[in-house]
This record gives sequence, C-alpha cells and structure tokens, in this order.
Amino acid sequence: MAAFLARRLLGTPTSSSSALISASRAFSSSTTPIKATLFPGDGIGPEIAESVKQVFTAADVAIDWDEHYVSTEVDPRTNSFLTRESLQSVLDNKVGLKGPMATPIGKGHRSLNLTLRKELNLYANVRPCYSLPGYKTRYDDVDLITIRENTEGEYSGLEHQVSLFFSSLVKNLADYLSFDFVKVVKGVVESIKIITRKASMRVAEYAFLYAKTHGRKKVSAIHKANIMRKTDGLFLQCCDEVAEKYPEIEYEKVVIDNCCMMLVKNPTLFDVLVMPNLYGDIISDLCAGLVGGLGLTPSCNIGEDGIALAEAVHGSAPDIAGKNLANPTALLLSGVMMLRHLKLNKQAEQIHSAIINTIAEGKYRTADLGGTSTTTEFTKAICDHL
Amino acid sequence: MRGLSMRLFLVSLRVFMVITKFCSERIAKYAFEYAYLNNRKKVTAVHKANIMKLADGLFLESCREVAKKYPGITYNEIIVDNCCMQLVAKPEQFDVMVTPNLYGNLVANTAAGIAGGTGVMPGGNVGADHAVFEQGASAGNVGKDKIVRENKANPVALLLSSAMMLRHLQFPSFADRLETAVKRVISEGNCRTKDLGGQSTTQQVVDAVIANLE
Repeated sequence: MAAFLARRLLGTPTSSSSALISASRAFSSSTTPIKATLFPGDGIGPEIAESVKQVFTAADVAIDWDEHYVSTEVDPRTNSFLTRESLQSVLDNKVGLKGPMATPIGKGHRSLNLTLRKELNLYANVRPCYSLPGYKTRYDDVDLITIRENTEGEYSGLEHQVSLFFSSLVKNLADYLSFDFVKVVKGVVESIKIITRKASMRVAEYAFLYAKTHGRKKVSAIHKANIMRKTDGLFLQCCDEVAEKYPEIEYEKVVIDNCCMMLVKNPTLFDVLVMPNLYGDIISDLCAGLVGGLGLTPSCNIGEDGIALAEAVHGSAPDIAGKNLANPTALLLSGVMMLRHLKLNKQAEQIHSAIINTIAEGKYRTADLGGTSTTTEFTKAICDHL
Repeated sequence: MRGLSMRLFLVSLRVFMVITKFCSERIAKYAFEYAYLNNRKKVTAVHKANIMKLADGLFLESCREVAKKYPGITYNEIIVDNCCMQLVAKPEQFDVMVTPNLYGNLVANTAAGIAGGTGVMPGGNVGADHAVFEQGASAGNVGKDKIVRENKANPVALLLSSAMMLRHLQFPSFADRLETAVKRVISEGNCRTKDLGGQSTTQQVVDAVIANLE
C-alpha cells in the first residue's frame, strides 16, 4: 500500500497541458505522411480496419499505418499479449487506432486494455455522443461528450477481505512486511477508492481545454460529493479550480443521480461531462445507449505527452467475424476523432459527413442498423459520398 | 457505502464499498421473495464483478445461491454499464433488478427517468422490523421551493408510495382502489402537473384522484 501510494504521488513525469496540442503535429503536409499505429484487433477487427484504410485512402489522408497484432504468447517484458514493440510503436507515433480486442481468458498476464492504459498512461477517455440523422432512437437531439478519468477512483484494484483486529490499511502493511498474524473475517470484503489531486486536475484540465478547442459551451462535473465528501470533494475542488481559468465556459456540478435522471429525460441539458472513473464508465455507456449503442460510438483515450489512442469500444463479435457483415461505423468515427486530434480537420469533416450522409440516406446500412448491406458495400457507399 | 475516509497528503482515500455476505443474502432473498409473491418472471442482478472481483463477486455468489431456491424464476446477471445502456434502449427486457447500494442509486434514477420521472415513481424502504415508504427517486425534487409556492408539485409519486404502504399493511383492496384511481387520472390526461406536461396544480390532481375513487 505504501509503495502504491509512493508511486502515485511521485509517479511519471507530467508534461504541461500544452503538450496536448502536440507541436510536432502542427505542420503536416500531404507529402510527408504521418505514422499511426493500427491495432486491427480480433474477430471483426481486421474487416473494419480494412474499411477504415479504404475510406482514408479515398479521402487522400496521408497516414502511414503501422500495423500491430496481439501475439499468441505472453511477452515477459510487458506481462501481456501485447509486445514491447507494439507499445513502443504507439509511444513513438503518438497516435493510434485500435479495434476490438478479446482478452484471452486465464491468469498470469494483464488484460490488454489494462496494459495499454498503464503503459501509455492513458488518463482520459473521451466519447462524443450525438444522434445520427436517419438512425432513429427514442432520443433525437443528443449532442454531448463524456470525459472519464481513466486511471484511479473506484477501479484502483484495491480489494481485500476485512481483518478482524487491524484496519485494512494496516493489514496491507502487514502483508507487505509478511506478518502472518492477522485474522481475516469471512464474508466481508472491502474496496478502496482513491482520488488524487494530480489525476483530477489532469482530467479537469483536459475537459476544459477540449471544451474550448471544440467550441463547446458548458462543462458539467458529475459527482456524489454529498456522500463521498472527501474523495469526490477533492475531484470537485480540482474542477472548480480549472473552471476559474475558463470564465467563458459555463460550469456546473451535478450529482450522479440527478445526472442519470436528466440524461434519460432530456439529454440536451448536457454538453461536456467530466467524471471520475466509475460514474464515467456507467454514464458513457448510458449515453452510447441513447444514440444507438456501442456499434456506433467513437472513443478516444488521451495519454501524457499528447498521445491519443482512438478505439472502437464494441466487442469483437466472433459470431459474425469473417462474414462481411460487420458495421465499421464505430471504428471509422474513432478514426475521425484521431484525425481531429492530428488537426487534419478538413479531411476529418469530409469523412464524417460522408458517414453521416450514408447512414441518413438509408440505402446502404449494415444488419445491425436494420439494413442488408455488407461491410464492403457500406464502405464503398461512404467512399462514394466523399 | 460506508463512511471511513481519510486524507493522506494530496490523496484522498475512502473505503467506499463494504460488501458482506449477510447483507447480500438478505437483499437477494428479498428480491426473489418479492418476485415470487408479485408474480414477476425474472430477477436480474446488476454488478461490476469483472472489475470489483471480490466485492461484487461476493454479492453475485449470494444472489446465485438464493436463485437456486426459486427455480420458477429466471435469473440473470448484467454488468452495470451495459445495464444502463440497455435500460435506455430497451427497458422492457427488465423485470425485477437487484443491486448493491451504489449502482442501485444510479439504476433506480435512470429507470425512474425513463418511466416518467421523480414525480411519478413510488418507492419503499424495507427493514426487518419497520418499513418507510417515499418517492422512488429523489433526483431534482428536493428543496425546490418554487414548485411548492406555485403548487406545481406532483403528488402521484407519494400517492403510489402510500398504495405500496397499504399493500405492505395487507389492505390490498384499498391499495388497488387508490392505484386504479391515480392511474386513471394520469391516463385520462387532462389533469397533470407541469412535470408531466400539464398545467394543473397539486390540489387539482388530488381532487381528480378522489373523484375517481370507487
């Protein structure tokens, strides 16, 4: 426990938030292609990755894809099925796109998502959720972005059985020192939530910067500080501080239960939402549900030093893999997020419009959207719309 | 959610979840018994055991054990983020949902919002010796002086909660009469408070309910 805390407080060196607008990307001409890592992933991953490559080529996007696959053996250097080379590739290229990855069952290795998050220090998960014209859900005018703190909070992984004579903190110390005399109470487990100023400030800074650079009007901090006074209180304090630096952006604090209620009754009440880990997890999926589900939701993970890893958050759908039935929309929209991060706004807008128009038109839709087109037909329709 | 909390340098720690076998079993038993007595077909346990392996793992274990004693009731499990997504897209797939404390708060408010909001959802808090009935969801409806001054508060939630109380006290026919009257007033549509899109005052809705009592 003490070691864990020490690591958190001293941690990896933080670069200033100006690195978010990575200077190295400011001058990309169409003659020098940008290198980006691509993880096609498993199941339908390779097919939808192929769609992305086709659409990007058709839109003249100068990206050089550096493809990496999940290996079949655990790499001892990373303790995961992702090799050191794959991870280094993202660290070098600073930008990447990831398809769905199925974590192999079994022990003795870290989950793939956890590996990526820890190694690349991905601290914020950003998901824009907007209603797609032409694809009807119960909600028509959703236009919001969820920004979730992705490194700590309720998912810090500190769970244990409660001990009888000592508080759990002392028990962890006793474990660390290999003292064996502590008795454990059966049938009682405890979970610890950690909130640090560093992580909270980092995600709050990103949320307001995002709002400013994308022309958004309001940031809402979601919390349960009326109950979790110290932890969510600290998170709110950090959001308050950052809000003061952006007087032109409206700022509000909403309790998580109100937030859920407001979202399902009137999602237009929200613009940008910033949240700690657990609420972010639940709310970002809830918002995906409002607009049509994970198959249509783009997502981008932001890391230190301006790293951005866009990903499709749906599963690998092994039952339709290889059958040319998969919907590449989520991965394509995530690719668009990646382009915006690289400041290739013109092409991002082109591709985005093409996707929206194709779905709105309704002639070419994959099975999950209620249509009969194959992946290749859908992709071709998008290329034609460019 | 328990209250042990401390500050250590710039870090805030909190023991935010204590799950015990005793409490998990207790709530699971209540959920299944409620489903059985109210002729509900399915109980869904909402959890995040893929991440909170020990805590929610213990909760799920308790639910599974109780489920075995009710073979006539379908039992399934769903992760809380997927649950919220399914609720907003296809709420009709759910019947009875049993959850630990934190997720229950979120899920209850989400479900209440989908069904009409804080103004219409009833609720009850049940203990071994006592029971207290109140609105099912509290979001946005607490401390709103303006609503009170303008007589726009929706009495439906509390009326339906009192019907639940009557049922608990084993006065089923009174409970039925009250519920039927309230539901008729809402479905008729010409007497609704602001939150349901109408312009009636609280008193007008109450009068309408009384008029509809058989």
